Amino acid sequence: MADPLLSVEGVSRGFGGLMAVNGASLSASARRITALIGPNGAGKTTLFSLISGFLKPSAGRVIYDGTDVTGEPPYRLARRGVARTFQIVQPFAGLSVRDNILVGAHLRHRGRGAAQAAAEAVGQEVGLGHLLHRPANSLTVAGRKRLELARALATEPKLLLLDEVLAGLNPSEINEIVPIIRGLSARGIAIVMIEHVMQAVMSLAEQVFVLAEGRVIAQGSPAQVAADARVVEAYLGHGAAAKLGGVDVL
Amino acid sequence: MLSAPILVSAIVNGLLTGSIYALVALGLTLIYGVLHIINFAHGALLSAALFAAFFAYQKAGIDPYLAVLVLAPAFFGLGYALQRLVIGPAARGEERAMLLVTLGMAVLIENALLYAFRADTRTIDLPYAFKSVDLVFTFVAVPRLISFAVVFVVALVLWLIMTRTDTGKAIRAVAKERLGAELSGINVTHIYAMTFGLGTACVAIAACLLIPTYYVNPSAGNAFVLIAFTIVVLGGMGSVPGALIGGLVIGVVESLGGFFFGESLGQAGIFLIFIAVLLVRPRGLFGASA
Amino acid sequence: MRAYLPIVIVVAALAAVPLFVQSNVVLNFLIVALMIALAGQGWNILGGYGGQYSFGHAAFFGTGAYTTAILQVHYEVNAWLGFLAGIAAGAVAGGIIGGLTFRAGLRSSYFALVTLAFAEVLRIFASVAPITGAGVGLLIKLDLHAQAFQFRSRAVFYLIILALVAASLIIAQTLERSRFGAWLVAVRENEDAAMALGVNATAVKVAAMTISGAITAAAGCFYVQYFLFVDAPIGYGAWISIEALLTPIIGGAGTVFGALIGALAVKSIGEGAKFLTGDIPGLDLMTFGAVLVLVIAFAPRGLAGALMDGRDWLARRFVPLRKPAEGTTHG
Repeated sequence: MADPLLSVEGVSRGFGGLMAVNGASLSASARRITALIGPNGAGKTTLFSLISGFLKPSAGRVIYDGTDVTGEPPYRLARRGVARTFQIVQPFAGLSVRDNILVGAHLRHRGRGAAQAAAEAVGQEVGLGHLLHRPANSLTVAGRKRLELARALATEPKLLLLDEVLAGLNPSEINEIVPIIRGLSARGIAIVMIEHVMQAVMSLAEQVFVLAEGRVIAQGSPAQVAADARVVEAYLGHGAAAKLGGVDVL
Repeated sequence: MLSAPILVSAIVNGLLTGSIYALVALGLTLIYGVLHIINFAHGALLSAALFAAFFAYQKAGIDPYLAVLVLAPAFFGLGYALQRLVIGPAARGEERAMLLVTLGMAVLIENALLYAFRADTRTIDLPYAFKSVDLVFTFVAVPRLISFAVVFVVALVLWLIMTRTDTGKAIRAVAKERLGAELSGINVTHIYAMTFGLGTACVAIAACLLIPTYYVNPSAGNAFVLIAFTIVVLGGMGSVPGALIGGLVIGVVESLGGFFFGESLGQAGIFLIFIAVLLVRPRGLFGASA
Repeated sequence: MRAYLPIVIVVAALAAVPLFVQSNVVLNFLIVALMIALAGQGWNILGGYGGQYSFGHAAFFGTGAYTTAILQVHYEVNAWLGFLAGIAAGAVAGGIIGGLTFRAGLRSSYFALVTLAFAEVLRIFASVAPITGAGVGLLIKLDLHAQAFQFRSRAVFYLIILALVAASLIIAQTLERSRFGAWLVAVRENEDAAMALGVNATAVKVAAMTISGAITAAAGCFYVQYFLFVDAPIGYGAWISIEALLTPIIGGAGTVFGALIGALAVKSIGEGAKFLTGDIPGLDLMTFGAVLVLVIAFAPRGLAGALMDGRDWLARRFVPLRKPAEGTTHG
């Protein structure tokens, strides 16, 4: 098997005495969907920030495409092909949907015409084709999630970090987005998704990392992780696994 | 000459002037700590208060130290009204809008003073303004000593308000966690206005303390307040001890700087410190992150 | 190319004014208004498009003015070269102040404060330094020849400032349609999201401030050629920081014509106030302060924004609502 595109090795980061991420390691490969799960406050978003350059790790390395990119600023990582969405969606409120995506497209296309064409194509791909000229702040939650995805896609990433892209969506909306994500993976993009929506994790992910209190406590296929007692404890509390007698609650 | 008595005198005077700086800075830091806005109108309000104190003495013969009892509540009310009726509604909580609105107020107030009273500089002549007290090492003007004492009292009163009264506790709650305070039933709009009022009252008290030894014109407040901004940034935005200690420090720095380099360059020196602090350590000595 | 048509029309219309107006009073009013529009357009690039509110743009106006004045008075440099040097000095000042402040990560209120401090420091230095004439200021020798950039006819000054304003309009329009412009606006709307999309926010902001400084400095250079005098309160005074900020905010920040509209509106208001109550010091700025508060309260996107909202409102009233597209369940 080829080397993983992304290799996070023992990164740590603390805030005022509290270790948000403590020696966490994970990997992701092209054409694979990797899920990062864990209870609230486990440090998942912080880990994304460490990978994408928004925070510098106090220890550890981030290796991307064979290069040590630890601590590089976000814009440089984006240029290398690392794209990231935010848990709390942040559209460019004053701009239209198309102009939002345009900002991402401009990373790869200098001329406005080419960038606009690319933006419109990406917009179509995620299902926003008919809304391209609406103001971004008129979109529903589902629309904004698609926009967040579209903007990141427009940068033509090789690695896509999705932070709870399914949060706040109803089941039918989730069913519409999941195939889009699968399609992206099939195209060759390495995807790492932070998710709480377990049905999506189970059906999409080929590899799962479980983060709790800043540490990776389990990794493996979705089925393996679901059966892991430590994972159950992390979500439901100490002793829960024993109480539940090993029933597959995930 | 660098003789010890002269140096000590400069330092002592610096501390005394610094106490008034501290009072102005206190108002500013209080407003920032709670409303999270930099009140650009602070200087203009100080100018307005100086004019009020001036006319109180000139027209009604009221001694500035007595005028405090009228002007402090009056300016409290003015500050309350400004925040509640103008700044709050106009800015609708957006940071950029608040910047512009307080700037607009500053320009409006300062130039309204200019329009009404012209640019002439005025002073008052208090009979005891030049009486000095012999403090062994140095002579100190009586008004300056009174100022120092009053600032001390004001700081104490503010501390009592913040810790013993319900309003004070509400103010601290809003400063710490606005949403939580709102959810527990605190009327945040009212608290914002109360805080702005308190900050403005500080300015009014400072004006009364200043007027025996300072001058009055429409831009007097601004000159003073840029120093207050420096103090607040140095001491840390929103930090009360920072404002007090920073005020004293800057007072001494200004006194010594003016002594060695002349007044204008002394002022420029303070702004350069200001810029340096903002560039290197924006949270100052005691403050939270910028 | 079609996008530049409105600029061509507006500039052509304004250029025709001296054909119909010979009154020096009116021409003077328009010249000053256009000069403020130029200074404001400089602010607009950084503040309107970039969202970084500078409260000390006098730093650039004064730097441009003093550079050309010093070169002419002390070194007998040709006025046109001095003008160019002034613009370059403004750009350098923008780059330095921007580099220092944006690298330090200063945003919003702190940025406003620091720009205010820079302008004040420059004002103090200019008021005591011998090279700037200290308290007295610098006087350019009267020499009514084209090569000295001085003209007997006001109409010529008018056309020159109009040409400069036209250039600034073209710069804004080009920016709007460029990649840099898209990046700049993204930084204004959400800096973190922009960075995640590959925008080097710091570099973009510094570049914007450099352009901004150059444009506002050009206005300062023009001031010196027109009035033949500059001193510290004029060059680095709060008045120009305020007017440079006010005009695009009132006219419409982040639009091509906002600064021009705002300058004409603001100067007209100023003249109107003086007409009603007499030319008393403080009147115009007091009015501007009030207008600023009112605009933020009631028309935050400025006159241009209000015009656009009005146009949308009319469109909604008179164009029937389209039925939603078939099969649309999400949005």
